[in-house]
Amino acid sequence: MATPLGKPSDKAVRPESPGPVRVAVKCGVCVVALLGFVVPATTFLARLASIRILPATQSVEELIRGSIMQRLKNIGGRIGHFGIVAAFAAFCAFPFYWMLITTFKQTNDLINVKNNPFLYNSPPTLENLRTLFIDTQYAQWLLNTLGVGVLVVLITLLLAVPAGYSLARLTGRWGQQLAIGIFLTYLIPPTILFIPFSRIISDLGLQDSLWSLVLVYPSFTVPFCTWLMMGFFKTVPRDIEEAAMIDGLTRFGAFLKVVVPISSAGILTVIIFTLTLVMQEFVYALTFITSSSQLTVSIGVPTFLVRGDVYFWGSLMGACLIVSIPIAILYNFFVDRFVAGFTVGAVK
Amino acid sequence: MLAPAVIYIAALVGFPFLLAIYYSLSDATVGSQVLHFVGFKNYQRIFENSTFWTSLRNALVFTLVSQLLVVILGKVLAMALYKDFRGKWVVRFLILLPWVAPISLGSIGWLWIFDPVYSVINWAGRASGVFGDNFWPIWLGQPDLAMASVIMVDVWRLLPLATVIILAGLSSIPQDIHDAAQVDGAGFWRHLTHINIPLVMPIMLVALLFGIVFTFTDMIVIYVLTRGGPYDTTQVIASYAYFTGIQGGDLAEGAAISLFLFPVLVAVAIFLLTLARRTEVT
Repeated sequence: MATPLGKPSDKAVRPESPGPVRVAVKCGVCVVALLGFVVPATTFLARLASIRILPATQSVEELIRGSIMQRLKNIGGRIGHFGIVAAFAAFCAFPFYWMLITTFKQTNDLINVKNNPFLYNSPPTLENLRTLFIDTQYAQWLLNTLGVGVLVVLITLLLAVPAGYSLARLTGRWGQQLAIGIFLTYLIPPTILFIPFSRIISDLGLQDSLWSLVLVYPSFTVPFCTWLMMGFFKTVPRDIEEAAMIDGLTRFGAFLKVVVPISSAGILTVIIFTLTLVMQEFVYALTFITSSSQLTVSIGVPTFLVRGDVYFWGSLMGACLIVSIPIAILYNFFVDRFVAGFTVGAVK
Repeated sequence: MLAPAVIYIAALVGFPFLLAIYYSLSDATVGSQVLHFVGFKNYQRIFENSTFWTSLRNALVFTLVSQLLVVILGKVLAMALYKDFRGKWVVRFLILLPWVAPISLGSIGWLWIFDPVYSVINWAGRASGVFGDNFWPIWLGQPDLAMASVIMVDVWRLLPLATVIILAGLSSIPQDIHDAAQVDGAGFWRHLTHINIPLVMPIMLVALLFGIVFTFTDMIVIYVLTRGGPYDTTQVIASYAYFTGIQGGDLAEGAAISLFLFPVLVAVAIFLLTLARRTEVT
């Protein structure tokens, strides 16, 4: 889509393009006139020129001035554009840049009010990261999060992939209503459900256990991923399964052996989003889990590393950064599909 | 093949939701296992509670102001990103960061930026001379500033989502239309008001509605940054429900408070559906 000759250059060239052509025609006409044909011919040509060209354009100087103005405008526009993009990027990325700087700072450098906070007034150190991994349960929280993530991914795949497939193939009123119903469930937020869940979880004897999260997290990953997979399966032509069914497979067999393998990109998307949703979840984990060894990262860092009056800012920032960056990189490959999950087909 | 997913969702979204309604009409607490039906007593108590009204007002201010900013800024940013330029993928990566990183951790980053003593904003303001000698804002400790700060963090967090959604809308406008406008001599503003805004309107509304849902029901930013303080000036419905229902142990009242999130969600859902239907027709 983005060719080396991008849109801006296209736009810049197009309004100017009549300019050179007209100048060339005009010059040609002048030259022809100067060569001195027979007088009637000359006057005829001159008249032709005056009719055809002069009313359409201004003098050569004005044309040149116009193109310079155009170019200046383009340069101005480009600087303005750069300014806008840079300002937004700075706003969005600054907290992460700040985490990066803080992570490697010595504590006495951090808490000296006289120091310039943008510089390393004392040499950078890995001490904060060492503290994070050795003196806190950060590594344990990472493992917990990953464990919960893997199990939730499995449950989500088992439920959402077949559901998405059926919704994609179910035509008619029922299918559409169900699809919309599933879409609407991801409008019901954890902040309405966490209070009844706290009682349900304790009745099930799962409080303070990672299993509570494994049970509850699919309640928001399944609707979203079903919706994503439905959009994905709609792009798979029916003929493929029908051919497989003619070859003697059942519909379910055709789904498993033919449709699933060619949908691996969609399944990968589901895996990535489920993992990131699990990483980000906060409310349920805050409600269900109290002991520090059972926490996930998103909850352990803000509650257990920020306790009492002492903030270990260096370690805290490191903890945030280590989790954020890998997810951000992974996510970046899949943004477009993520958007598709939100736009209800308003974009076709 | 559909049944397992539907059953799971019904059991883990539908059932707890009904339970929430039931709790709000009972006297459930964390401690006791028995509960009695008490009618609308919880709601009556909530209506007499001034903190609840404050939270409701705060939640509305928090949501409306931040989402208005998000949509305007998201539109500007999406238009800037629509053009091709070198290094676009780096910019896109940087701009997506706030949405992608776990919000509780991003908020911790802001907590450090807003620190009362070591705030980098204050340091920069003082060093550059913008802040006078007696001006040292405590970002999260002064009522109005605290609200402004949490709004800013929320804008920071939801801007990427709105931007990518609006960008998808912009890219779906056929190039012919842009060309036609150019041939007709439409300038930047005319182009904006006659093409870019009306044609992207449905998708901008989608971004806005999701932004409203995510902000109105969110408690993470508030919980991490201010815990609703100072003096409940940043308390919102979701965080107040948590502090009442879980930390205070009054499940019934917490459930009743959190159900006040629901009318807004219903309104958003209806709006989204009519929007989806209308775009399908055209």
